[in-house]
Amino acid sequence: MTAAGHARRGLAGVFAAVVRRDLLLAVRRRSDVLTTFFFFVVVVSLFPLGIGPEVDTLRTIAPGVVWAAALLASMLALARLFVGDYADGTLEQLALAPQPLLVLVLGKIVAHWLVTGVPLVLIAPLLGLQFDLPAAALQVMVLSLLLGTPVLSMIGAVGAALTLGVRGAGGLLALLVLPLYVPVLIFGAGAVSASALGMDVGGHLSVLAAIFLIALVFAPWATAAAIRIAVE
Amino acid sequence: MLQAINLECVRGRRRIFTGLSFEVQNGELFWVAGRNGSGKTSLLRIVCTLLRAESGEVRWKDTDIRALGDTFLADLLYIGHAPAVKDDLTALENLRFSLAQHGMVASKEELADALVRFGLAGREDLPARSLSQGQRRRVGLARLLFGASRQLWILDEPLTALDASAVDLVRRQIGIQLERHGIVVLTSHQEIDFGGLRVRHLQLDA
Repeated sequence: MTAAGHARRGLAGVFAAVVRRDLLLAVRRRSDVLTTFFFFVVVVSLFPLGIGPEVDTLRTIAPGVVWAAALLASMLALARLFVGDYADGTLEQLALAPQPLLVLVLGKIVAHWLVTGVPLVLIAPLLGLQFDLPAAALQVMVLSLLLGTPVLSMIGAVGAALTLGVRGAGGLLALLVLPLYVPVLIFGAGAVSASALGMDVGGHLSVLAAIFLIALVFAPWATAAAIRIAVE
Repeated sequence: MLQAINLECVRGRRRIFTGLSFEVQNGELFWVAGRNGSGKTSLLRIVCTLLRAESGEVRWKDTDIRALGDTFLADLLYIGHAPAVKDDLTALENLRFSLAQHGMVASKEELADALVRFGLAGREDLPARSLSQGQRRRVGLARLLFGASRQLWILDEPLTALDASAVDLVRRQIGIQLERHGIVVLTSHQEIDFGGLRVRHLQLDA
């Protein structure tokens, strides 16, 4: 016997391995990632083109448009979160790992956010310029997206796991997840609007942070439970 | 020791088996046979906690596996119907990640060596999509070489799509596992010659 496999990784090592694997897969399937990204860019850009150079209108709708587009883009990528792993047996192997499933699930969510959420956060200020948003509002937009997009990934993961193996999962996933996204939309877009109007944004961002923490506690756990049902 | 007491399995509205009890001692191979739909895979999935039995319990070292939780999973190596091999990863990456997500670390040399021993020499760095069905199964089965620390192996149809040389490799690994007093549970349609091994047989459709 040459191969022994005696060396063991701790929980953090296994978490990192899951994140690394999903990032590597994303690099190999770049087109999937780029689709989400360009979907966001195109949808946000359609509005200034359609409405024309009415600066006041644009400035008013900008927060809502950017946030709604982020919601849809994030949802577009959700369908792929677990489906591949479910079909090829990887999900079973994750469920049988001697580490808590919710930590492995959190690894998958983190990788999903890094691939689909972070690019949106980075490009958002540039898109905001099309709407003539002031610099302060652009900063708030980045901050709110930074807090909000992980929540979208976490809530989305619950929906993606619940719809595993269901026929017509795509439509069902949207119906299930979009209503749950509403609080994030309201407070995310609200923060940017408030900033554009020169008001205090602390309240909105605090609520977003609270939603983030609640999702962090419950979403991986709910996703893990849903996965256990799906692999049965 | 692996023990099942009065297992009952219901899928949909069909009762697949009921009152099923068995015992497998350390160093024994437990061979589950039966026609399609007789519940071989369901039984294996119950024994590895993926599926919940309608009633009855499975005991590992005299404790219910559901109560043992992660302690049981740390003793388990399960290879299911689906090989858990990703098309977009190379054979080497597939093997590395399938071990890593179970907390096992292996050096690149060990991984490459395992793939070579499973007849994948020169294909270590090819994406799995360019491998044949049998070769993909070999990538999945290469995990057996790292299974020394896992006392219970559960293999669902491990010999499907394998040629004679690969069947021989798997049989040899099973022999090694039994020699170190591990337990192997497997299903197979094929008549296999496990000459010399301590085999316990279960015919499910009887």
